[in-house]
Amino acid sequence: MAQGEGRPGSSLRGALADIGRCQLLSLAALAVCGAGALVIGALLLLPIGIGFLLLPPAAAALRRVSDRYRDWAARWTGTVISPPQPLPSRQAPPENSTGRHGRARALLGDAGFWHDLRWAWAEPSTGALLAAVPLALVEYGLFGAAVQPFVWRLLGDGNWYAFILVDSTPTMLAALLLGLGFVTAGFKLAPTTLRLHARWSRRLLAAPRTTELVRRIEHLAGSRADILDVQAAELRRIERDLHDGAQARLVTLGMTLDEATRLLDRDPAAARALLHEVRATSQRALQDLRELVHGVLPPILADRGLGDAVRSLALDSHLDVRIETALPGRLPAPVESAGYFAVAELLANAAKHSGAPEVHIRLSHTDGALRATVTDEGRGGADPDGSGLQGVRRRLDPFDGTLVLHSPPGGPTTATLEIPCASSSPKTSSSSGTD
Amino acid sequence: MRVVLAEDLFLLRDGLTRTLQEHGFDVIAAVDNGPALLRTLLEEEPDVAVVDIRLPPTFTDEGLQAALEARRSRPALPVLVLSQYVDQLYAHELLAGGQGAIGYLLKDRITHTTQFVDAVRTVAAGGTVMDPQVIARLLARSDARGTTAQLTPRELGVLALMAEGRSNAAVAQTLFISESAVAKHTAAIFSKLRIEPSADDNRRVLAVLAYLKR
Repeated sequence: MAQGEGRPGSSLRGALADIGRCQLLSLAALAVCGAGALVIGALLLLPIGIGFLLLPPAAAALRRVSDRYRDWAARWTGTVISPPQPLPSRQAPPENSTGRHGRARALLGDAGFWHDLRWAWAEPSTGALLAAVPLALVEYGLFGAAVQPFVWRLLGDGNWYAFILVDSTPTMLAALLLGLGFVTAGFKLAPTTLRLHARWSRRLLAAPRTTELVRRIEHLAGSRADILDVQAAELRRIERDLHDGAQARLVTLGMTLDEATRLLDRDPAAARALLHEVRATSQRALQDLRELVHGVLPPILADRGLGDAVRSLALDSHLDVRIETALPGRLPAPVESAGYFAVAELLANAAKHSGAPEVHIRLSHTDGALRATVTDEGRGGADPDGSGLQGVRRRLDPFDGTLVLHSPPGGPTTATLEIPCASSSPKTSSSSGTD
Repeated sequence: MRVVLAEDLFLLRDGLTRTLQEHGFDVIAAVDNGPALLRTLLEEEPDVAVVDIRLPPTFTDEGLQAALEARRSRPALPVLVLSQYVDQLYAHELLAGGQGAIGYLLKDRITHTTQFVDAVRTVAAGGTVMDPQVIARLLARSDARGTTAQLTPRELGVLALMAEGRSNAAVAQTLFISESAVAKHTAAIFSKLRIEPSADDNRRVLAVLAYLKR
């Protein structure tokens, strides 16, 4: 996921919250120390057996603390730290070992556990100190700006504030200014510090590479199974539509023609009526085939590519759709198709639920990914788990595509989808708008 | 009347040629790909071109592109475009020039020979013929937006046929009403939609489409 949402660095509340978070981080270091000490203690007691009993709960306590840090990093700075596998002690014990001994042994072989422990050793000495820098600046600054003016007379001769010997009104004012400077610096530094801290935590706390790979393989296997299912269902649908639609109509057509041929001499009027019927049936058959083709691959998409296909969608919509495209010619066909059906679904959703008269669609290809944004000024509150949006996600999944929905109650709703892909042609299409 | 025909499927090309010849058209060329079509249109200066959208070598919208290209050097060249499907975007592109003498029909319409031949004649005479499917979708869309809400069902029927490029006489015949009734409905539609009435059939259809496109 991308680095954090736009944090209003200038707002006072944001700055105070960041300082509060630094404070929290430095205090939480105590908890890290405590949990780390528990685990070390349990490890030291392993030789005399008690350790086997103590290790699982100690490790679980440490994991709770480290989970809290992962959560903070994600919420405060948008830095996502991939969680490790759950601790073995929380799962059923491995088969060939029993009870707490087995669990403790499994723990000792768990890479995530050692990652936690390594972090518990480093966090109080490094992370917490880092977080304390802006905090210290603010607190020392407050001491200079808010306390010095009132107490310098009482403190007598030896009262130094930083490098200023405070013994007169001018030096007191200098201390006041310096204090304000420290406070400002602390506030300014806090967001950067939090980001640095999150990045540093990620280095130590992110799941081991093998875990990441295992997860990735599981995801790929899952999405491959999904896409095969979807494909099979799609083939079944096409087969059924052909069988019940066009094919059946063509059979009727043959029968009616046969009947008309027999009637031709005997009853020309009846034959003519039948032939009219034949014409109507053949048109219905064509209509069926056309709809089927459109459902498989809209012809305009095949002919013109994503930009014009979306423009065509817009012309069929009863909403006012403004379109901006910056696409480098054609994209790989599967990507165009997935993008098209996803945008069609989002546009249909906007038409059905948003209540907005106008929709804005932006298509672009940047950083090796197709990006489509559909925005409406409607009532918002869209359900991200609705069946339509789930369908869109399933379509994007095989491409490692993502759909991000932002729809607070009261609107506006913005859906952004991204599909990683390279463009297949260097040709540039200009951007243009249509209604 | 001299016709140039472009269609890549032999059977259809043959059938179209025969149909047109039977109705007194002089098919001066029947080509099967985009570049040949463009060349023929520019060299032969036919009275009307009947063009399939999807042609070799790209099998995308080669025919449409060739027709639009030819119309850039000869703006009022009458072109009737045929396609296996109709798309609003293509309809817009064809109408964008505003000169008329344009037709856009589903290939199925060929089976109604007289209507198809009428369409070729209308286009050759500088008129505009849109497929009922394009019109139906435009009407449905403007209906959903409430822009045609003040029309009566009868007026909507007249509007749809009018937009397809039919003359008052043809509309009257289709709806089983008198021509004067059609004229009355037409006047009512124009005043309700605030379209300037005009004697010119082609401008009439363009005005309707321009209105529906909003």
